[in-house]
Amino acid sequence: MNSYTADEMMTVTAARALRDWMTCFVGIGLPSEAANLARATHAPNLVLIYESGTIGARPGALPLSIGDGMLAETAESVVSVPEIFNYWLQPGRIDVGFLGAAQLDKFGNINTTVIGSDYARPRVRLPGAGGAPEIAAACREVIVVLRQSLRAFVEQVDFVTSVGFGDGKEGRQRLGLTGAGPRRIITDLGVLQPDQDTCEFVLTGIYPGTSVADVKDRTGWDLRVSADLAMLSPPSDPELAALRGLLATMPAGDSRGSSRPISTAKGAV
Amino acid sequence: MAEIVSLAEAIAATVHDGDTVAMEGFTHLIPHAAGHEVIRQGRRDLTLVRMTPDIIYDQMIGTGCARKLVFSWAGNPGVGSLHRFRDAVERGWPAPLELEEHSHAGMANRYAAGASGLPFAILRGYRGTSLASQTAGVAEVTCPFTGERLTAVSALRPDVAVIHAQRADRRGNVQYWGITGVQKECVLAASRSVATVEEIVGELDQRPGAVVLPSWAVSYVAAAPGGAHPSYALGYSARDNDFYVAWDAISRDRTAFAAWMDEHIYAARPPRPRTPGEA
Repeated sequence: MNSYTADEMMTVTAARALRDWMTCFVGIGLPSEAANLARATHAPNLVLIYESGTIGARPGALPLSIGDGMLAETAESVVSVPEIFNYWLQPGRIDVGFLGAAQLDKFGNINTTVIGSDYARPRVRLPGAGGAPEIAAACREVIVVLRQSLRAFVEQVDFVTSVGFGDGKEGRQRLGLTGAGPRRIITDLGVLQPDQDTCEFVLTGIYPGTSVADVKDRTGWDLRVSADLAMLSPPSDPELAALRGLLATMPAGDSRGSSRPISTAKGAV
Repeated sequence: MAEIVSLAEAIAATVHDGDTVAMEGFTHLIPHAAGHEVIRQGRRDLTLVRMTPDIIYDQMIGTGCARKLVFSWAGNPGVGSLHRFRDAVERGWPAPLELEEHSHAGMANRYAAGASGLPFAILRGYRGTSLASQTAGVAEVTCPFTGERLTAVSALRPDVAVIHAQRADRRGNVQYWGITGVQKECVLAASRSVATVEEIVGELDQRPGAVVLPSWAVSYVAAAPGGAHPSYALGYSARDNDFYVAWDAISRDRTAFAAWMDEHIYAARPPRPRTPGEA
């Protein structure tokens, strides 16, 4: 067995959450890496949809942006931006939305807008919403991928950019959101899923070499642990080879794995 | 009928201090050369509108063109932050920047309402987000037929729309294809418009999925070959991903940014128009 990094385990776990023939609305960064890995391994017919209007894109390399030329050139259909949101996303045609986050709370609400309590004078100005609010609202389900840290996993987000379960159970119904909401949060330590009764995210799976205490130490709320905590299987050799092959196609200087603390915000396009 | 003029003439005729200017192109076909010309002409107090501000607005904000930004995602795609944008918001440099912030779906619908001559658009969006309370021009409405609660967003009606396209013909009909974004809505929502193009040809032939804006729907057409760079024009150029990565270091520092702009933008002249038949 090859050795592998925590980021590789995260991306492989995220890819495994996708099934063949699913339709998947993909943000750039970690979500795009995972979705393209799934397509390169167990889900060759995964339908990738980017907010640039490319439906069924089959890129031969990892795109840097959601609008790289190879997405349009390999797509089954290219539509305008109003059309991708109004005709394709809004009515609930898309199975799964794949999002990143800079901050996230125990109900899976996402902040990609500002760090700091004063919107007008933020400590850190993040990129903002992009397509995420409506992806989070309208996809049949949502998967969130981000690295786990106290900075990111907070009791309360500074700004609700995209709604998970709002204020908890039936929060989505009260708001009239049509999709089922976030079903998994996949991190570099393990997997969190919502409790059926409270919609609070609980730890349901950890990676080999990770302990529950590690995960709790990097979670800003009192994290509950599932009674059926699963030990997730490490990446297989073919999964690792496919992932490394994809990452090798990125331009030099890709910030992946850098120490910049908010680099995950790029996943929220 | 669109007038075919130089890029400098097109910008001088349409973009004035204090205007609301929307320069669109969703990752593909971003009108960078036109943005650089606005910077060179020294425009001030602009309200800049764009779904994804990208490097073009990072440069315009950093050189002091903008008073306000209307947008939905202000990052360097796949790379990280737009540092000139952040410096303006976090530290007010070179000037404070007022924000009007939406989601992509909201912005796309606001353009569509403007193009349709309607005062607002309706979507399912913003519910439960902090954006709804932070942003003027977002309101709840009730469907008169079903009673469903929906979100209304006010129409966008820019003074000027600026886009980049692959081609125009000699009469000023503008044609673009590939990722077509929100440019049609942007041009039709605006009072005046400029299309820069890779080339001006005798006749437009058919291209799969192409959008054609008839000459009478566009104010000015200007040739600006390579005018999307570091964005791209499908069939003419590839996205310069290395430049997007390099921009992170150039833009992080105020002095390095100013030096880069001096060398590459202020000292440069707009691209020379290419005439039909020229190689």
